[in-house]
Amino acid sequence: MMYLIGILITIFLVVIIVQIGKVNELTARLRGEKQAAQDGNDWNAKLMLLFMVAFLVGSVWSAIYYKDYMLGYGPNLLASEHAVGIQFAFNITLFFTGIVFVITQILLFVFSYMYRYREDRKAEFISHDNKLEIVWTAIPAFVMALLVVLGLVEWNKSMADVGENEKPVGYVSLEESDREDTYLEIEATGKQFGWILRHPGKDGKLGEKDYTLIDDATNELGLVFDDPKNIDDIVISDELVLPVGQKIRARITSRDVLHNFDIPHFYVKMDAIPGIPTHFVFTPTMTTESYRDHLSQFPEWNVPADPDDPEGPKRWEAFEYELACAELCGKGHYSMRRIVRVVTLEEYNEWLTKNEEKSFYLTNVRGKLGDPFINKKLSIEERIDRRNKEKDAEKKKDDAPAPDAAPSTTPATPETPTTPETNTEGNTLNNSSSSENSNGTTTIGGEVKNIIEKATEEVKKEGEEAKGLIDTPKDGGH
Amino acid sequence: MADLKHNEGLLVEEYGYEAIEDGFHDHHHGDKYQSGFITHYIFSQDHKMIAKQFLITGMFWGIIGGLMSLVFRMQLGFPDSDMSWLQPILRGWISIDNGVGTLDPQFYYALVTMHGTILVFFVLTAGLSGTFSNLLIPLQLGARDMASPLLNMMSYWFFFLSGAIMFASLFLSTGPFSGGWTAYPPLSALPQASSGSAGGMTLWLLSLVFFVVSVLLGGINYITTVLNLRTKGMSLWRMPLTIWAFFVTAILGLLSFPVLVSGFLLVMCDRGLGTSFFLDQIYIGGQALEQVGGSPILYQHLFWFLGHPEVYIIILPAMGLVSEVLSVNARKPIFGYHAMVLSILAIGFLSFIVWAHHMFMAGVNPFISNIFVIFTLIIAVPSAVKVFNWISTLYKGNIRFNSGMLFAIGFVSLFISGGLTGIFLGNSAIDIPMHDTYFVVAHFHIVMGVAAFFGMFAGVYHWFPKMYGRFMNDTLGKLHFWGTLIGAYAVFWPMHYMGMAGVPRRYYSFATFDFSNQFDLTNQFITIAAIITFGFQILFVVNFFYSIFYGKKQKQKNPYGATTLEWTTPIDAGHGNWPGGIPTVHRWAYDYGKNDGTMDREFIPQTEPVSPEEKEYDDKHLH
Repeated sequence: MMYLIGILITIFLVVIIVQIGKVNELTARLRGEKQAAQDGNDWNAKLMLLFMVAFLVGSVWSAIYYKDYMLGYGPNLLASEHAVGIQFAFNITLFFTGIVFVITQILLFVFSYMYRYREDRKAEFISHDNKLEIVWTAIPAFVMALLVVLGLVEWNKSMADVGENEKPVGYVSLEESDREDTYLEIEATGKQFGWILRHPGKDGKLGEKDYTLIDDATNELGLVFDDPKNIDDIVISDELVLPVGQKIRARITSRDVLHNFDIPHFYVKMDAIPGIPTHFVFTPTMTTESYRDHLSQFPEWNVPADPDDPEGPKRWEAFEYELACAELCGKGHYSMRRIVRVVTLEEYNEWLTKNEEKSFYLTNVRGKLGDPFINKKLSIEERIDRRNKEKDAEKKKDDAPAPDAAPSTTPATPETPTTPETNTEGNTLNNSSSSENSNGTTTIGGEVKNIIEKATEEVKKEGEEAKGLIDTPKDGGH
Repeated sequence: MADLKHNEGLLVEEYGYEAIEDGFHDHHHGDKYQSGFITHYIFSQDHKMIAKQFLITGMFWGIIGGLMSLVFRMQLGFPDSDMSWLQPILRGWISIDNGVGTLDPQFYYALVTMHGTILVFFVLTAGLSGTFSNLLIPLQLGARDMASPLLNMMSYWFFFLSGAIMFASLFLSTGPFSGGWTAYPPLSALPQASSGSAGGMTLWLLSLVFFVVSVLLGGINYITTVLNLRTKGMSLWRMPLTIWAFFVTAILGLLSFPVLVSGFLLVMCDRGLGTSFFLDQIYIGGQALEQVGGSPILYQHLFWFLGHPEVYIIILPAMGLVSEVLSVNARKPIFGYHAMVLSILAIGFLSFIVWAHHMFMAGVNPFISNIFVIFTLIIAVPSAVKVFNWISTLYKGNIRFNSGMLFAIGFVSLFISGGLTGIFLGNSAIDIPMHDTYFVVAHFHIVMGVAAFFGMFAGVYHWFPKMYGRFMNDTLGKLHFWGTLIGAYAVFWPMHYMGMAGVPRRYYSFATFDFSNQFDLTNQFITIAAIITFGFQILFVVNFFYSIFYGKKQKQKNPYGATTLEWTTPIDAGHGNWPGGIPTVHRWAYDYGKNDGTMDREFIPQTEPVSPEEKEYDDKHLH
């Protein structure tokens, strides 16, 4: 019945439309076709002008209306180093194209109006003008050259890989000058439909993978456990944790179809391709916390995040950087969400320590059938044991209340110190020196450097131990 | 043409032009090639009939593709609304839960994919270039028909076959292909990855291979006709810009479509023969595939080697039609004819060396992108020249706003708006944030989707009398124009802002992400605007079919006062176009408005020799 009514209404409309057209033609005949044509022409010429004004005003109005939604404008700061340069290139392009847009649209519609048909007007025979044509070929060519240079400078800056002298790190240094030639390599592997994220652990190196070893239940990345670099790799599925101000090299890959590693707030985007690892190097410049603080100044972010829950967190409190997929990968393409949590350098190191015992190898392979290091004591375990013992001891000594669950909010508690390795690893450093140094970053930087060196040594040792165990260890973390 | 008997001047009085006797006999007893219904209307070899076949088939596909977009726009604008009313048509693709029908994501992607494929290939390639190349090349060049009417007929029927296969794929239980119109493997190569990549993809590939056959048969015919069948006096530099555009379009198609087929062939091998041209280290459906060593990026190179010229295959004919319609209705020569031709050639050439600008973020070496950025932004120069020339064509004209002219002016506006956003996307650095967002969707829909449609509408309204001997209703045409112009901007303009907020394209739902979840109102607005705009297209379809039978009759041979040869044929021209001899040409196609004190000619047809007084005029005005 509904359909019948729909069809009838459609037919009715069609008939009306045809009649309108017909009536118009008939009245035209009555008024005299010439006069009618002239009237119609004038009408449309005026509409041209009207449209032009509405269109130009509308485009400016809409830009203002959407200003607070777009990245790089309003409250939506860009949160990575290279994004700022790209935004500059965008704005310069917007400036030039904006000028061209306004001028050409105005000329188009104004000429249409000015030179509408008049019986007494004669069109002028103007076939070409070489001078004018050279000018308006040269100007766009010049502007394009400018935009190409500007764009390519930003492009090559944004896409530069890490240099040969730059070292991968696990723990990040708090000293800016020490961080300069280091990078943290993380890995994102796309699958239908989600991202599998991997942190390199303390050694700063991602272990080897082999797609034939993939098993959804036990080893969804296909990690090669013979590779000692894999021992401390942390595989997580819900969020990517990144230290602010540290150069990140995202190794991007896929285990089934194409995906695209897209973090809008960082202007990071790169296809994930099965068989061909790609990368994107970027440096986050704002922690999630500081971004939230920034957003809290704006009224539109001070509304409940969930309209159905007016008492719940505000929009700015719920803000997260998000990792999405930007390459069609199947029916769940729209749902590959992961949170990217940018934390301070201290928090990152702390996070890494806390998650060390959650490394994929330790939780899933250690001590089970197929563990290549089954008879070997690993330094990572010694480390964890030592840490746990110290923790227990401290607990007994201080008789303190239960340790805080959220480490980021309590950076100074003895259980989870700012530079965690100072307690747990550094034999030369004791607790008191650590708490002293937490006031002066310079010394902390120095300590961390020690720690990093120590960690590297340890990892090397670990690797050699493992090598002794296995005859032909595979090479490279690729 | 070598053995033509030239007998100039014979028919000047009778036909109004100097004619060449070319051995053609007007069949008073009916053309033996189109005597019956079937040979006249179905398996016709007359280029004019084939043009109409392309146009009407294109319109059919346009409606299907448009309706598909409305369904997925409903999903995007009103994701929570009840879609159960679509169940009688979409059947199992609407799942009903608690009385609320929702669109299956798999089918959403199938709709998006089919919408793209249909609009790009069936409507804007076959429906646009197929229609007007067929109609205008012989008529504007003074040829009896295409170089090979048989190949021309086959070109249409391969297109028909291709369409039939694609249509059949819509009814598969696993659904039509759903991996995007670009069909990137591995998604398109592995049925395990998406149910649309099973039978749907097989039919999709088959259909498009036949489509390419159709394009090649057509294209080789257009090229041959342009090069060999121009009438006496029609030098290349006297051809109307329409013909230049169709000519370059056909060359682009001939050189680029075969590359697409080679890519398709390799996908077929990967799908059926266990090869691994595009597959490497894949774990899918609980299984690690044995195929290793291929590169998915290779497919993208092959695809975009066609894919980029393809957008010019779509837009160049529209540019040609618009140039012609603007000039005729402004009563002025097209400004900078030579520059226009050169820019068509430049765009055609450059379109072959910019393909990787679709792949800046695809994992190719970033260094390579430098080169593609340079070439891509160079295209802006000939494009800008064309825009300036169109605008200058209006300057000091005497403009008649009929429906065709309105659409031509609308085309220029859209081409400016959409072209300028291309400068952002072509610059690889800016493409990092914009790639695969709604900014891209807005850009290409305005510049090659809607603009090409405007070129097509301008052509249909303008040459409708040439096709059916009647006019389309101008009032409805104008209504159609204003509705479409405002509607199209309303649909696509806000998408720029969504793209600038980072919203990725091809999302079934925006609710998953906070950054994309703030455009509910915008999406509703776009959806409503799209439905209204589609309604205005129905107006066009009604007007079209109504006017075929009941439109105002064409009484004069040359209703627009145009200079080109198609208006020298009889109103209801038979197969062969000109009774008696074919006209000769003495001048370029744009002698409009030579009226100052010396001479007073509103327009001078191409068939008219240059008079001494005109020589004097030219000496005075052209340096």
